[in-house]
Amino acid sequence: MASDVSLAVDERERRSSGARLRRKLNSVSTRRAAVSIVVALLLWQLGATGPSWLGMRIPILGASPSPVAVAQAWSHLVADPNYWRSWYLSLLRVLFGFASATLVGVPFGLLLAVHPTFRAISYPAFELLRPIPPLAWVPASIIFWPTQELSIAFVIFIGAFYTIVINVLGGAEAIDVRLIQAARSMGASRGNIFWRLILPGVAPSIRVGMEVAIGITWEVVVAAEMISSGSGGAGGGLGFFIWNSYIGGSYPNIVVGMISIGIAGYASSTVVRVAAGRLTPWQRA
Amino acid sequence: MAIAPGRIELRDVKKSYGRSASARKVVEDCSFTAEADRFTVMIGASGAGKSTLARLIAGFDRPDGGEILVGGRPVAGPGRDRLVVFQESALFPWMNTEENVAYGPKANGLWTDRAKEQSSKMLEKVGLTGFRRRYPNELSGGMQRRAELARALVNNPEIMILDEPFRGLDAMTRRLMLDYYARLSEEAPRTNLFITTDIDEAIFLADRLLVMTNLPTRVRTVIEVDLPRPRNLAALIRDDRANAIKMQALALLHEEALKAFSGGSKAATDFVDAFRHRLGAG
Repeated sequence: MASDVSLAVDERERRSSGARLRRKLNSVSTRRAAVSIVVALLLWQLGATGPSWLGMRIPILGASPSPVAVAQAWSHLVADPNYWRSWYLSLLRVLFGFASATLVGVPFGLLLAVHPTFRAISYPAFELLRPIPPLAWVPASIIFWPTQELSIAFVIFIGAFYTIVINVLGGAEAIDVRLIQAARSMGASRGNIFWRLILPGVAPSIRVGMEVAIGITWEVVVAAEMISSGSGGAGGGLGFFIWNSYIGGSYPNIVVGMISIGIAGYASSTVVRVAAGRLTPWQRA
Repeated sequence: MAIAPGRIELRDVKKSYGRSASARKVVEDCSFTAEADRFTVMIGASGAGKSTLARLIAGFDRPDGGEILVGGRPVAGPGRDRLVVFQESALFPWMNTEENVAYGPKANGLWTDRAKEQSSKMLEKVGLTGFRRRYPNELSGGMQRRAELARALVNNPEIMILDEPFRGLDAMTRRLMLDYYARLSEEAPRTNLFITTDIDEAIFLADRLLVMTNLPTRVRTVIEVDLPRPRNLAALIRDDRANAIKMQALALLHEEALKAFSGGSKAATDFVDAFRHRLGAG
């Protein structure tokens, strides 16, 4: 009984999110994270300004714009609608490619898992195509699809699709056979077993697949945008922004673009993690 | 004469696993009868193929030879009349306790309200009403076992197949669960096929005790346990009749264990002979 009481207390504390946030901001790990970032920025600043205090250029870091220069460039860009348009375009592509990969990949993975004939027919082809990296699809994609937007979306789709399918398939195979046996004994129909056992049983793997896939989509979108801009297109997006800054020689902007992608990727991963976490309410940490 | 629906009969059942050349015979020429509404307990060393028999009777697996009759009819697949409670928890992790228990009735087309009513009655009976909103991973081992018993019993099956259901529980909880299950069974008699490796557990529950051989498994000896009910675990320790049965069963189990231990090796056989000699001297 004592454990029940402590559980109830836990529950109350968990619910008061204000207290939780305060505790989190005050925690040792938050302070350490702050120290980590500040020290990194400091080293970067020192390295980038090497010639003025050391009299020589430090390799790699010495060639990069200093954080102060990046911050200045950023403060100008914040007012520039084109910069925000790059965000918007990349975000839209990621969203579209990721959503279509999820919508196609989850049913495809489930079908592979529950339908032996379908699996026997389509799995070999799937495994043959899977090792082809998404970026290898870029030229073919530009040729196949009528618009540049669609070709980029397709490459992103490819990047996310395999990861999601493999996770769903693995998750379905890992479902404890005794659960299915128990349900069959109790007279459950195949449909019931699918909706109430297979689907929730796969949910944790869908979650993992989505979390990994959203990271891949950011890697892919940026490269695809760079390549398409290199081949004469001007589709915009953060990848294009970086490439354009490189061509134009504004090095601080390159770094701004890189950090922007870091922030965008982190934010979208967080959104996916929280949203997908709702798929599996029984797995509260 | 009509055969009671809860009667289980095995005739020369065989089952092996693997390809013909390297096939491992798990069950061979196994025959026994579990009478309707009685407690039949199967005891034998672990890994001896008792769980295979449970799966065959449940209909998850088919025998290679022989016949399995339930209520006089051959088993063709899993059915609601025979429910299995497995060794480790097989509760549905994504359903809370109440949803787990209501699963069977709902899967059979009962309206949600009616299924809820039945499951809450069952939860009351196993003392889990306060935990009906908890997920399985939030329950203790003993509670999980009770939830699992409830999930099966709410379907009111003719036959319960319990494959070492209390294994892994601590000794105290195990005794409580045993006592509890025995009382539950007295309220609503049904055929119970209970698999265990524990002799005290076996004698406490059994009307009929099947002492199984090691691999390939078959019934070595049938012992009728004619002890009066309700039984009391503590009192059984001092009961002469219970102890006589216990000694008889243990001697048989010991022989089987020694056979399995030596497993054809000369050195091990010598060791076993010496061990036997010492036992005889002592």
